[in-house]
Amino acid sequence: MCQNFGRWCRHGGAYMYTQGLLDQGGKAAAAEQLPEDAALLQRFQARVDAEEKIEPKDWMPEAYRQTLIRQISQHAHSEIVGMLPEGNWITRAPTLLRKSILIAKVQDEGGHGAYLYSAAETLGISRAELIDQLLAGRAKYSSIFNYPTPTWADIGAIGWLVDGAAIMNQIPLCRCSYGPYARAMIRICKEESFHQRQGYDIMLQLARGTPAQRRMAQEALNRWWWPSLMMFGPPDTASQHTALSVRWKIKRFTNDELRQKFVDFTVPQAKFLGLEVPDPQLRWDAAAGEHRYGSIDWSEFNNVLQGHGPCNRERLGARREAHEAGRWVREAAAAHAAKQRARAAA
Amino acid sequence: MSEARDWPLYEIFIRARGGLDHKHVGSVHAADASMAIEHARDVYTRRLEGVSIWVVRSADIVASDPAESDALFEPARDKIYRHPTFYDIPKEVETL
Repeated sequence: MCQNFGRWCRHGGAYMYTQGLLDQGGKAAAAEQLPEDAALLQRFQARVDAEEKIEPKDWMPEAYRQTLIRQISQHAHSEIVGMLPEGNWITRAPTLLRKSILIAKVQDEGGHGAYLYSAAETLGISRAELIDQLLAGRAKYSSIFNYPTPTWADIGAIGWLVDGAAIMNQIPLCRCSYGPYARAMIRICKEESFHQRQGYDIMLQLARGTPAQRRMAQEALNRWWWPSLMMFGPPDTASQHTALSVRWKIKRFTNDELRQKFVDFTVPQAKFLGLEVPDPQLRWDAAAGEHRYGSIDWSEFNNVLQGHGPCNRERLGARREAHEAGRWVREAAAAHAAKQRARAAA
Repeated sequence: MSEARDWPLYEIFIRARGGLDHKHVGSVHAADASMAIEHARDVYTRRLEGVSIWVVRSADIVASDPAESDALFEPARDKIYRHPTFYDIPKEVETL
């Protein structure tokens, strides 16, 4: 049981080091590693190889800690920013049931953000710092949330494709070597399945509807298909983090492997809807037993990643505004708690 | 440092059903204990995952050190006679 409680061990050099590092602009400077004991490193790798979970208070290489802080916080930010494109449709959902479902889904995303910030905090960084990094534009979040949701069908396409791609990425993370992250992912994956199915259900209803509704569904698929494929990250040949993450069992499959699996799962689902995947080069390769898809426009991905997507400014602006607008609530709650404590002490 | 900038952290324990133990599920930030219970309700029991919540200030938990886990737990390893299966009882002896 003690293994869950690592974050109170604040005297270790690693904790202080992490704080100092990330205060200087959020850059995890792997090059400035502390000299580490080779025996500890060997023992750590042996534990990872034996599929043992690493817990917060266990010794870990500084680069492992930094990689996890980066990955878990980006993931948390994505959940929080991901509430925005869908929140856009809460007041305009077509029925009361759809509205209730959408509220529940957006609330789940907030919850996922909370689980993940909590997991990141076990690595010795505070949530306040992570949120600062996001609001200052120094942290990344998934590029997918910088696309707009102009129609109701976009809400269907997000659930089906974006949450579908997220599940594909997240299921292997349930076996991640870092205990708190793996446990958060198990919880998240249970809930994501509802997200994907409600999205497909929206698409199904539109696809079986009037010609205008079918067109709306097709256009949403056209908008979200390629950005969804980009969600898996750069191709393996260009991915900076893959090799080490695989060795540390943070990552179980490469970006391209997961992307391929997603295409193979999703193409038949689109066919069932009677919708066309917007890729003229898409074909079934019977010999390989998988789909071949056209080449991805990585310049678009990089452009969005660098802040020039359709909604980057709007999304961060909304987060900053919410953070500022909520300031008095946070302060009032803290003042109320202090007053209650003082009264109880008197 | 984080306390000044954020509400304190609480560890959350949930009893899934009557008759079961409270089990650690994660943590939340909250201004005080009653807010921690409300946040835990919203964050950890949206799908009937619990019937009771405990919250404990994270700073109040004292944990054993994994570096000392051998010293703590190793002595139990060779005391196999503490388990019932250590004893070979003849088949003829029943209900033992």
